[in-house]
Amino acid sequence: MVDVALQHDAGAVVVAQPDRTKVLQKLKFTDAAFRNLTRAAAIAVLVILGGIIVSLIHGSSLALGQFGIGFLWTESWNPVTGNFGALAPIYGTIVTSVIAMVIAVPVGLFIALFLTELCPMVLRRPIGIAIELLAGIPSIIYGIWGLFIFAPFLQSTVQPFLIETFGHIPGLDTLFAGPPYGIGILTSGLVLAIMVLPFITSIARDVFEAVPPVLKEAAYGVGCTTWEVVRYVVLPYARVGVIGGVMLGLGRALGETMAVTFVIGNAHRISGSILAPGTTISATIANEFTEAVEDIYTSSLIALGLILFAITFIVLAIARYMLMRVQRKAGA
Amino acid sequence: MNHALYSCRRQKNRLVVSLSVAATLFGLAWLVLILGVLLWKGFSGLSLAVFTQMTPPPGAAGGLLNPIVGSLIMTGLAVLIGTPLGILAGTYMAEYGRYDRLTSVVRFINDILLSAPSIVIGLFIYEVMVARMGHFSGFAGAIALSVIVVPVVVRTTEDMLTLVPDTLREAGASIGLPRAMMITKVAYRAARAGMVTGVLLAVARISGETAPLLFTALNNQFWSADLNTPMASLPVVIFQFALSPYQEWQQLAWTGALIITLAVLALSIVARALAAPRKSS
Repeated sequence: MVDVALQHDAGAVVVAQPDRTKVLQKLKFTDAAFRNLTRAAAIAVLVILGGIIVSLIHGSSLALGQFGIGFLWTESWNPVTGNFGALAPIYGTIVTSVIAMVIAVPVGLFIALFLTELCPMVLRRPIGIAIELLAGIPSIIYGIWGLFIFAPFLQSTVQPFLIETFGHIPGLDTLFAGPPYGIGILTSGLVLAIMVLPFITSIARDVFEAVPPVLKEAAYGVGCTTWEVVRYVVLPYARVGVIGGVMLGLGRALGETMAVTFVIGNAHRISGSILAPGTTISATIANEFTEAVEDIYTSSLIALGLILFAITFIVLAIARYMLMRVQRKAGA
Repeated sequence: MNHALYSCRRQKNRLVVSLSVAATLFGLAWLVLILGVLLWKGFSGLSLAVFTQMTPPPGAAGGLLNPIVGSLIMTGLAVLIGTPLGILAGTYMAEYGRYDRLTSVVRFINDILLSAPSIVIGLFIYEVMVARMGHFSGFAGAIALSVIVVPVVVRTTEDMLTLVPDTLREAGASIGLPRAMMITKVAYRAARAGMVTGVLLAVARISGETAPLLFTALNNQFWSADLNTPMASLPVVIFQFALSPYQEWQQLAWTGALIITLAVLALSIVARALAAPRKSS
């Protein structure tokens, strides 16, 4: 290569006597420079994360200084008096995500089961791609669809049915109390379920496919049904990966903003009924940030962002840790 | 007795099989429903005016020219900023420090950034740029989007470079290529299709992002190509128009939603097509 470089140089500087060591020196220099450049870029990824954490803490210091740790369990959210607490958005975030997971996890696992064990080979790829396209649709599309199509549909059909059926059963009546608003906690949870479904499905499919065929064939060989193979061979083997995928979906659901903002109703209160409007951390920030004029209001919203980031960071870290364990097992 | 057990097992199996078929149909139904509604609602508002006129005041007819241009500018800038950074970081992880401690830490953090809530990234850029500069700007929006681009590109670059066979690298080294040249001339070339796929996926990801733009680029009713002023973008305009009570605005929101979705789906299909031959070979 040095010779090629020399020739190249010689072509450019016609008379100069090519100097081998000089060219080698130059190559050595560019090599080291490139290495350090890439290293700096890799470190920049860490810097981004550090920047997010530092800037959120800095931005929320005013609110956290004034309200202290009690910010976490204060329900009041009053821009007029300047009193802020995060309990209602935290509650909404958790409840909507739980609803989403309760629906999306079983459905996602069943789809993954279908794709890996039952689906004819020809259909496998198209169906897999279709489910993944669902993941590619931007969240604002889910929002506008949820607000104009899905919420009115729920309001006129599903919600009256729920109130009719469960509204008189003690214990469940508070959960399904109140008029069918259409928008609210339940609607947000359902939209989130549709949104995280592809994530759970594709990870579950990947870990199901990583189960060694020998194990499955052995189980089929002793006469197991498909369900028994899945229940006693695939699921135990894929357990950690499935949990990782579920946590990943949960991380998405917790932080999802636009779709929820459209259909949650943005009401700062904690209602026992899942049909009532509520709010989530992300929806509160999206709705109110540009309206917030007072410093304490802005700072409280950034504090909400900090809480959201902390929660999702923990959930995603657990998810990644579990998925890493799966990869290590597959690699070994 | 055996017979009862058999039929019980068979029934259980049949139940599970039908449940999983039902779940798959359920999942596919949403895709059909959402795309169907989008086509139905969006196409009726699609006309040349959408691409040639500015966003209208309430109650008037108009188009989406300024948000479309704003989205293109900010997306383009975000890719220009995020891609080199992402490719370099991915290069370090796959080429120089494949077994480093630094690499595993960066990989872990990068995977978390990959699914971090985008609204938090909006807050981050608001704090670092908008609050410092004292005004919203298209540039801040582009930076916020580039923070989303980086992890996507890092991930695909690392994956694709890891797939490049070591024999290629050894061949490069054996003819005396310095490492930097080996990477740029051999490894990049072998992994090119995959890396382009990564960039396309990143574009698809950010072209629908709304949350990070809400309080960085804000919105702009008028034509603006000045990166120092608030800039309109398609997702933010959809957000604003859809929640408005005006018929014309809502129609434009649907049309905008259709444009974004078609663009995103087209990008992901192209990205997939690019990545496909590599997979099958």
